Amino acid sequence: MAHIEMSEQELRERTRALLEASNPDRVDQYTFRGVQYDHGLAWVHFPEGYGGLGLNPKMQAVVNDELRKNAKTFYEDLNINPIGIGMGAPVVLTHGTDEMKKTLLRRIFTGEDIWCQLFSEPGAGSDVAGLSSRAVRDGDDWVVNGQKVWTTLAHISRWGMLVTRTNPDVPKHLGMSYFLLDMKAPGVEVLPLYQITGEAEFNEVFLNDVRIPHERMLGDEGDGWKVAITTLMNERTALGGGSGRRGGGPVGVLQALWKQNAERHSGASRAVLRDKITQLAIKSELLRLTSHRARAASKAGNPGPEGSVGKLAQAELYKKVWECSLDVLGADALVYEPGYELRRPEAEERRDHLLYAKYQFLRSRANSIEGGTSEIMRNILGERVLGLPGEPRVDKDVAWKDVPRGG
Amino acid sequence: MEFAFTEEHEELRQTVRRFLEGKSDEQAVRALMATERGYSEEVWRQMAEQMALQAMIVPEQYGGAGFGPVELSIVLEEMGRTLLCAPYLSTAVLAVNALLAVGSESAQADILPGIAAGETVATVAFVDAGGGWEIDDVQTRATADGAAWRLTGRKAYVLDGHVADVLLVVARAADGVGLFRVEPNASGLRRDLTPTLDLTRKLASIELDGVAATRVDAGGDGAAALRKAVALTAVALAAEQVGGAQKCLELSTEYAKTRLQFGRPIGSFQAIKHRCADMLVAVEFAKSAAYHAAFRAAESDDEAEILAAAHLAKSFCSDAYFDVTNETIQVHGGMGFTWEHPAHLYFKRAKSSAVLFGDPLEHREKLAEHLGL
Repeated sequence: MAHIEMSEQELRERTRALLEASNPDRVDQYTFRGVQYDHGLAWVHFPEGYGGLGLNPKMQAVVNDELRKNAKTFYEDLNINPIGIGMGAPVVLTHGTDEMKKTLLRRIFTGEDIWCQLFSEPGAGSDVAGLSSRAVRDGDDWVVNGQKVWTTLAHISRWGMLVTRTNPDVPKHLGMSYFLLDMKAPGVEVLPLYQITGEAEFNEVFLNDVRIPHERMLGDEGDGWKVAITTLMNERTALGGGSGRRGGGPVGVLQALWKQNAERHSGASRAVLRDKITQLAIKSELLRLTSHRARAASKAGNPGPEGSVGKLAQAELYKKVWECSLDVLGADALVYEPGYELRRPEAEERRDHLLYAKYQFLRSRANSIEGGTSEIMRNILGERVLGLPGEPRVDKDVAWKDVPRGG
Repeated sequence: MEFAFTEEHEELRQTVRRFLEGKSDEQAVRALMATERGYSEEVWRQMAEQMALQAMIVPEQYGGAGFGPVELSIVLEEMGRTLLCAPYLSTAVLAVNALLAVGSESAQADILPGIAAGETVATVAFVDAGGGWEIDDVQTRATADGAAWRLTGRKAYVLDGHVADVLLVVARAADGVGLFRVEPNASGLRRDLTPTLDLTRKLASIELDGVAATRVDAGGDGAAALRKAVALTAVALAAEQVGGAQKCLELSTEYAKTRLQFGRPIGSFQAIKHRCADMLVAVEFAKSAAYHAAFRAAESDDEAEILAAAHLAKSFCSDAYFDVTNETIQVHGGMGFTWEHPAHLYFKRAKSSAVLFGDPLEHREKLAEHLGL
């Protein structure tokens, strides 16, 4: 898409005009972000009329900068509607009807409609394309049955992005379609999925004879994988990276805990722990420096392997950092102060270093699973970066229904 | 801090790579490592005449190119790829760093031009027999003898010490640690080639029994300055380790693509593929460590930060290089265990480089102090 040219100066003036029309310090989130959308300053790379001005996406930083400078209240998209804004809006813009764009995009941006993504299933994790929920055509509707899992925000979502099987007689990638699912429709049941920490960040979503009108299919029948793949790519990019400042992030907590608890350890065990922490500090710094290097390389127009190693390296490193944090605590690791009350986590929970470390010791187990397991990431590095041959595929040219699968 | 290699840097890298591919292929390495001298005088001369490589960090006033740690690291990385057998680390890196750190003006004017021109092989005898790269370990004594000095002690692990024309010796005088020069044929001096684990890098032991010496430092205790000279040399060595590790990753990946077992390339098995992926992560992290240390050394005024980055780079790159060469043997299977395959050359170079100028544990110990752990 060709971008419209606009000077930074003019964009700043437009943002100030928005703030004159509506001020986030005086009106609520929905009102202000609605006006922001109407001014084309929601996502400036979207077309005019859909919350944008057709500009280069980099220009959004100018708008955000001006908003931050001139008002106390600033809404982070990630806190408002992460999946709706990150994946929902782009997919509606690319594949939705004009009617959908008109009715859905503004409410995604304001946060009136929270969105979720219904891809993973109990029998389809790393192999998402092997999923077995089914949609069967019935007149103008599709009738869906199956179960989704690990669905963030499903319990408060208005819309879900559903990928489900519409044709089991072709190889797996070719037999899926992509739907917009009304999460309030009869037959949609959302249950909390309690995890290792006792909390439920995620949900299970059961679909029992759920009817979806045919016009809510995004892309063509059988194109579900193609439509989905771009959003999966975004997820992986979003998860790599490393913390912004030296000594920040998890290793900063570890070092602080060490300073408070070093006295617990003496002699050889103290020396061993100290070296272990130093090694983790080194790797944390290298994770940070490698992502700097990746940014510099992609800015210069030649992204290299440095950009691909982040997700794997970060997941494995963070797990070890939190494990070491508990080692530092000595016998105090036996205690889990908050207990395991099964509950939904609060949006912003404040924990001191000690409780945070104990919580992350458990939570970080998912780092090497969510957003692509470390095994899948190693396959990607091996095959796409190093050019090693893929595994022989037993499911490639076989109809989905003939591929062996577990539960 | 950005890791911004310029186009000139890339050009330097390509030029050095082409030169070394021609002059230091595996056959040349194997031939030279079997000799006592350990390098080719002809290639050494060409390195100076055609490429001015020995002149890299020698200041322009002494006939050098006046480059800094970043450019030097690029050269070392390329030398690490091909396991170049030459007294480069000793002469153009360690000796120059030591002279720039503590050398008197007259000593610099005396020695550096010959190094830059490729006419001199120089080295620094740093470690005392039984000691390490900690400056406080130095026991070799320097006693004043009128205007001259006499050195007594035993030095070990002296890079290219058996062939160096200029022998610089770190010794302890009444006013602190200093740098002294002894003539290679002086009476009371004995130097012996050490049988080394790594045949591609020659070491010697040197015995000094009241050997006449001239003091080449500017006077006073040179401990801090020499410590920094060793750190800068370690930064260059970290870059050499990166070059070797990258080459081993390439060898392993290539082999995994072409070696067939059970009817398929072994690289299609996740057991092999995942090893290679982990090697890639190690190599990329090692690059970040080595490049960062070089840029820090070039751009920062903060001594403590420069040293910390050096400790980080030397410890991480040492471990990464060793791990990668170790995996390279494993990926190559029985072939990787043979004398005929180059894997063992890199493996041995990795181990020797890990130990030179302080092993990973020692560098981490210093980094831990810096971090206040």
